[in-house]
Amino acid sequence: MIAEFGHAALIIALCLALVQAVVPMLGSFVGQRSWMRLGYSLAVGQFLFVAVSFACLAAAFLADDFTLKYVAQNSNTELPSYYKISAVWGAHEGSLLLWALILAGWSAAVALFSRALPLPMGGRVLSVLGAISVGFGLFLLFTSNPFARLLPVALLQGADLNPLLQDFGLIVHPPILYMGYVGFAVPFAFAIAALIGGQFDAAWARWSRPWINLAWMFLTLGITLGSWWAYYELGWGGWWFWDPVENASLMPWLVGTALMHSIAATEKRGVFRSWTLLLAIFAFSLSLLGTFLVRSGVLTSVHAFAADPQRGVFILIFLAIVIGGSLMLFALRGPAMQKVLAYSGWSRELMLLTNNVLLVSAMTMILVGTLYPLIADVLELGKISVGPPYFNFFFVPLVIGLLVAVGIAVTTRWRKTEGRLLLQKGALPLVISLLCALVAPLFLGADRSFSSYSAGAALSVFLALWVLATITSDLKDKIGTDLTRVAKFSRSYLGMQLAHTGLAVCVLGVGLSVAYDESRELRMQPGDSAQIASYQFQFVGIDRIPGPNFIAHRAEVRVLQQDRLVTSLFPEKRNYNAGGQVMTEAAIDPSLARDLYVSLGEPLGGNTWAISLQVKPFVRCIWLGGLMIALGGLLAAMDRRYRRQTRVVSAAKGTAL
Amino acid sequence: MHPIRRQRLQWVALIVVAASIAAALMAYMLGQNASYFYAPSQIVAGEAPIGVNIRAGGMVVEGSVDRSMDSLEVSFIVTDGLENLQVTYSGILPDLFAEGEAAIAAGKLDSKQILQATQVLAKHDENYMPPEVADTISEAYQRKQQHQPEPQEALQ
Amino acid sequence: MNRIALFVPLVLFVVLSLFLFKGLERDPAQLPSALVGEAFPVFALPDLLEERLLSTEDFPSQVVLVNIWATWCFACRIEHPMLNQLAAQGVNIIGLNYKDQTQQAQQWLQERGNPYLFNIVDQQGSLGFDLGVTGAPETYLIDAQGIIRQRRVGVLDQAVWDREFNDLYQQLLGESR
Repeated sequence: MIAEFGHAALIIALCLALVQAVVPMLGSFVGQRSWMRLGYSLAVGQFLFVAVSFACLAAAFLADDFTLKYVAQNSNTELPSYYKISAVWGAHEGSLLLWALILAGWSAAVALFSRALPLPMGGRVLSVLGAISVGFGLFLLFTSNPFARLLPVALLQGADLNPLLQDFGLIVHPPILYMGYVGFAVPFAFAIAALIGGQFDAAWARWSRPWINLAWMFLTLGITLGSWWAYYELGWGGWWFWDPVENASLMPWLVGTALMHSIAATEKRGVFRSWTLLLAIFAFSLSLLGTFLVRSGVLTSVHAFAADPQRGVFILIFLAIVIGGSLMLFALRGPAMQKVLAYSGWSRELMLLTNNVLLVSAMTMILVGTLYPLIADVLELGKISVGPPYFNFFFVPLVIGLLVAVGIAVTTRWRKTEGRLLLQKGALPLVISLLCALVAPLFLGADRSFSSYSAGAALSVFLALWVLATITSDLKDKIGTDLTRVAKFSRSYLGMQLAHTGLAVCVLGVGLSVAYDESRELRMQPGDSAQIASYQFQFVGIDRIPGPNFIAHRAEVRVLQQDRLVTSLFPEKRNYNAGGQVMTEAAIDPSLARDLYVSLGEPLGGNTWAISLQVKPFVRCIWLGGLMIALGGLLAAMDRRYRRQTRVVSAAKGTAL
Repeated sequence: MHPIRRQRLQWVALIVVAASIAAALMAYMLGQNASYFYAPSQIVAGEAPIGVNIRAGGMVVEGSVDRSMDSLEVSFIVTDGLENLQVTYSGILPDLFAEGEAAIAAGKLDSKQILQATQVLAKHDENYMPPEVADTISEAYQRKQQHQPEPQEALQ
Repeated sequence: MNRIALFVPLVLFVVLSLFLFKGLERDPAQLPSALVGEAFPVFALPDLLEERLLSTEDFPSQVVLVNIWATWCFACRIEHPMLNQLAAQGVNIIGLNYKDQTQQAQQWLQERGNPYLFNIVDQQGSLGFDLGVTGAPETYLIDAQGIIRQRRVGVLDQAVWDREFNDLYQQLLGESR
């Protein structure tokens, strides 16, 4: 019964979305203010109904309602209840419902918090969001209905959730990642509304900025969590694989980052207007493309969990309408490119342009690398897979360029900056970071000598310190002798500095963990020990232990440093009862300076096991940096400027009435 | 020429040059890093290059997995039903690796037509036959069928 | 001139989506999970060798194996002799010819022998989809009431038969008598 309720709620939500897509848009053309205003309440109503529908599906999972096909395929009575909740979005149908819920949530947020928008603009934004909701609603109901019944029923036990997904990471990762993906629908809707209305001024840029920052913040957080999840859950200690699904999330992030920077120039200086619009369209298009690549199974990938060409066709048609339509609109109504470049020499505009060129190049090469196997297959050039070296070859230099530019950009001003000033401000940070970078590998290496000197480590230390030093020097200049000035810094300034600091920390983590990673795969039996870096790993023994829905082999590995016990680690190999799947559960001893990582391979007879032992210096900085970047985005989104503007506009409206 | 026009022309030229260099580099790197997939029968027929990174796959032959007694060296045979390919690998095999299931090995072929794998993949989901393996195997089978009138003899 | 430049992204996208559309025609990756304990799904599909429509009512009220096979499937070639052998021992086997070409499938049975009572032609993969078939070969053990009791993903050989099917098969056979 509850499923029918959920199904009905979903249908009602679709109907509301349909009205939301049509009526305010029509109203904006015929000048009917009440029609345009309707969008606001419809957006909130649509969100409520999708939320009810989602709650019904969650309730069906909690009640083990195996008459529902989706529940039967992805849950099991033995599953702990928190995993039953996360199983709601563990597979295709439910994760799409989550998409729809989040999209409705963003629309409702726009309706509630952007009341100060001029009416035609606000109505159109909500109309575009409603149209996207209609697309997803149709997709859900016609190709992926999570409320489909399984009749006749003779089922007492569900099939169980993929054990890979039975994990805390899965509870939080997809919702946050989707918040980011779907969040780019809001700047997209603003861009479309601007194209329809022909308004591309600073006000437009200011309205969309906080939404871009928020969506970007979630996407950053989602990617960071995804990388962390892969690190501890997939069991081989990697944190980025250049897998198509990862690339699908990185591409909108890169474009979103470019968008954040170019819209700053658009708002402050009125430049890059068509470029900014295009980036807003691209950021959402790439989010949709990501969905398409993952859901249709066009690219085979470790993560693709539901694959069905029929759904693929639907998504592709949807994609063609949304992206093709918006690019057509852009081509027909986009603002003419600026005739004269209103900046010259070193300027903040130039640095933002550099940032955009680098980020978009990075996105392009990832897009090409990700789609090349597909294109080669279509052209019958053979079955190809593109390896990480391709991506690293391009990505690493682009990131190096980006970090160098960040350090320079901090000191630049709008319009024009004297080259002499840049030199003056940049000299000290440059010298400091160069010196430290040259010396640091001597202390970081395994035996603290020239033989273990790592140029990669030196480079990453240099880049990170260069960014940190220029930020510090800029802060020092701004604060001067009066510490109270800190309180006057705008949140967007602080957010920017925090995010750039996070970038430096992340790059430091990547560089050092790659340079000093030490790992061995060994055949071990109880009593054996092995030396990795300065740590001694002792394989103590192995036990069989039951879990809630699995039986595990659990090994004990003691780690000693100079004969002092550091920690005992307990990696597991789990055999899940339903489906008989096997999972590797790595054991990790984390700390900021290094992770100790132990995972079990396969049994080799008797008590002998293949064991992977790894020491990963500074690997945690990668995710710490990611968190700082996300926090920076949040801080910038909370800038008072955006709220003050809301107040001013509503005050103006108040006097007008 | 008008300075603004000249400036614009310079920009366009710069963009064109940079884009061509980038495109050429990408094409080159894709060529360098794209590893092609071969079926065991293609490798036996000498179609696969030696000493170049390739991928090969098929079904792991029952009873062919041979672990060394004192290291993580392992060797096994993959088949596409027509020919066998010997694979050697050192390290931990993935959770889903099993005899009678499909696997893909990436590495270089040595002169004795043994694949020195640096990576062994088994699928993460329950698919026992990755599409590449299935496709290539059926292609290889069809090709063989044209040469040999009674291919099923070889399989039974 | 400027207007034309604005069309560039659109053109690039159209080219890209052509490739994506072609890409969809490739062999799709498959869906997991078939449900042991569930009734065999309802269907109405043609027979491979005769002009007639088959449904669950054509299933004999006995224990049967349903075997998913296709000529494009390599492992099915390996499995086929085992099916012939089981059929010779009196096991009822129903074939589900999955996403295949009818003519080739008919030829296959001529060449390799026909162990099946009859063959359901599932060209679109719709029944396979309802069953949660992830590919071929797969084998399902169905009891006399039409409930799926056991599933094998991959080749059914003597070892698998002895380990996973034989006991259950004998037990169900006993019950149905």
